[in-house]
Amino acid sequence: MKGELLRFTTAGSVDDGKSTLIGRLLYDSKSIFQDQLAAIENTSKKKGLDEIDFSLLTDGLKDEREQGITIDVAYRYFNTPNRKFIIADTPGHIQYTRNMVTGASTANAALILIDARNGVIEQTKRHSYIASLLQIPHVLVCINKMDLVNYEKGAFEKIKEQYKDFAAKLDIQDFKFIPISALKGDNVVNRSKNMEWYNGPTLLHSLENIPVANDLNHIDFRFAVQTVLRPHTDEYHDYRGYAGRISSGILRIGDQVTALPSQMQSRVKKIHCAHLELQEAYAPQSISIELEDDIDISRGDMVVKTTNQPQNSQEIDAMICWMGENPMQLNGKYSIQHTSRSGRAIIKEIVYVVDLNELKRIEGKTTMEKNGIARIKIKTTTPLFFDSYRTNRNTGSFILIDETNFNTVGAGMII
Amino acid sequence: MSYRLEHLEELEAESIFVLREAFAQFENPCILFSGGKDSIVVTHLAVKAFYPAKIPFPLVHIDTGHNFDETIAFRDELVQKIGAQLVIGSVQEAIDNGLAQDEKGVHATRNTAQIPTLIDTIEKNQFDAAMGGARRDEEKARAKERFFSHRDDFGQWDPKNQRPELWNLFNGKKKFGEHFRVFPISNWTEMDIWEYIKKEKIALPSLYFSHEREVIRRGGTILANSPFITLKPNEKVTTEIVRFRTIGDLTITGAVESEASTLDHIIAEVAAARETERGNRADDQRSEAAMEERKKEGYF
Ligand SMILES: Nc1nc2c(ncn2[C@@H]2O[C@H](COP(=O)(O)OP(=O)(O)O)[C@@H](O)[C@H]2O)c(=O)[nH]1
Repeated sequence: MKGELLRFTTAGSVDDGKSTLIGRLLYDSKSIFQDQLAAIENTSKKKGLDEIDFSLLTDGLKDEREQGITIDVAYRYFNTPNRKFIIADTPGHIQYTRNMVTGASTANAALILIDARNGVIEQTKRHSYIASLLQIPHVLVCINKMDLVNYEKGAFEKIKEQYKDFAAKLDIQDFKFIPISALKGDNVVNRSKNMEWYNGPTLLHSLENIPVANDLNHIDFRFAVQTVLRPHTDEYHDYRGYAGRISSGILRIGDQVTALPSQMQSRVKKIHCAHLELQEAYAPQSISIELEDDIDISRGDMVVKTTNQPQNSQEIDAMICWMGENPMQLNGKYSIQHTSRSGRAIIKEIVYVVDLNELKRIEGKTTMEKNGIARIKIKTTTPLFFDSYRTNRNTGSFILIDETNFNTVGAGMII
Repeated sequence: MSYRLEHLEELEAESIFVLREAFAQFENPCILFSGGKDSIVVTHLAVKAFYPAKIPFPLVHIDTGHNFDETIAFRDELVQKIGAQLVIGSVQEAIDNGLAQDEKGVHATRNTAQIPTLIDTIEKNQFDAAMGGARRDEEKARAKERFFSHRDDFGQWDPKNQRPELWNLFNGKKKFGEHFRVFPISNWTEMDIWEYIKKEKIALPSLYFSHEREVIRRGGTILANSPFITLKPNEKVTTEIVRFRTIGDLTITGAVESEASTLDHIIAEVAAARETERGNRADDQRSEAAMEERKKEGYF
């Protein structure tokens, strides 16, 4: 099987049909195994259902099975002859903004579910805001349960207009609308016979044709060094390979590069991918680089092209989503991890907190609870080499870590 | 030139990134090596991640004493070839020392006895991260597992208290006595593994390919005949053409009837598969939530 990898996330409020939709995608694309099917058929019968409840497929942990809701990010896999898909399945419940942000952080696309009977609701706005904040390049708005509105075009068009109205205020590059019935299978994998008025692609067809590679930043070469390979053998006596994964851009042999923070310059002598030598390499490859000159580079340093450098500062403006049990505090101190670099950071200012219901700014706050989103200013103990999150998801993101229990408490996006 | 990666290349790049993070963030990480294809792939990726330097992780084998001979021979050969250090945690020893208990009866396995042995081996060798070949597609309870999975000082996994993993930023910070499990191939599926093995020409134990073997049919499972298995009154030993889809303990790993003798045959078989690979492991069938319970106790 050839083809690229597409990572997508799913969001919808409880009972919009998210689990059913994922189950349907897996089932119709023939990604369910016999023993899995047998297990859910069994459970469906036990629950006294007539049809197979596909939502059981995506049910994870036992506690949740008992509660009957999903409460964390779960990853699912399926593939078609054209592509491999990774679904980050996140719950729609209000308190779990943290999970959607987590799932969205690595996603190329987001599926947002809307119940055709209810139209755009607060949850829809919240999910779309997060998709926009996390800069998910493609949003597929699935208007579900079309069977319950007689597959009417009018119902679909009305919701589409509603959505467009409020999405105009967001920063989503590409969104599409698909009328579906997850339960009956209309327009999920197979084209619906009940909605002849819809000429667009099915959900699966859309997922198969989203341009993944185009979303990567191929312009600004950024390479965060993870570790230095020093074989200490006779054969590789003076070998120093700077190992890392290319965050963005393209590197070629002979390129003039600068190491940060030292500002030392050199040229690329060799590019290795394990035992292979490459002429050029690009994101998101994991490689190691040898330079012409023996300059001092270690973990946390960044190699960039001399003519195209990132910002370099200890004072950073960012949006942050809070995930810690203890509220974020003005002047609070946290560990920060950004690319392979770590240090400490202090929250210098909470510019505003986002009211997720009204999508409005609230100023004058000095703390923020779990699942809150705010614009902040931080100061770090060590300079960071970064780009805006909008231009570069890898060098524009960071996490904050609680210094007492070491939990990841904040997800930051640099402005 | 189009600057895009095919999915196996991207998965490889991601796994190498995770292995290098583990090396950089932990003081004493190891690879849990079971002799199965997944841990063989992890080891292969680790060799690639640090080439031309030597693989910087010891391989840890939790030896139940109920191994297939082929697994042990393969393990020893691989360790020699890549120049890695081998650490063995013996379940028999743990039983003898009273750390673990041997199960009795026809359904006896040493699966639960592996847990205290593993935790003891980790503690004795002061490993602060143990990398394994678990994949999220294997089993429901694993779908939520992190790349860096935090364990408390009793080696326990708390599904409610896992750190969120954002972007490619892995948080390996921990308190004294705590450790991590790291899963570099979390995002691979069984098919990805097989295709990669073929692409990279990775050697595997012969058990994966079809061969003639003495077996016992028990319930829906085909078990290898061995001195460690107790026959029930109505059971008999037969000779069949089988292969194994996963490799674990002799007493629990189910074989499948198969003529697949090459990687291409296996890939075709996997593509047409009607059962997930863990589907024929006797240990998972004990209860639907079996895996989850074992994970909480510190199973891989
Ligand atoms: N009629 C109809 N019912 C649906 C559809 N999709 C989901 N449902 C039902 O809506 C309920 C909630 O679905 P579920 O997938 O569990 O929702 P989730 O909470 O978003 O995961 C279940 O009873 C489903 O059978 C649909 O397209 N049409």
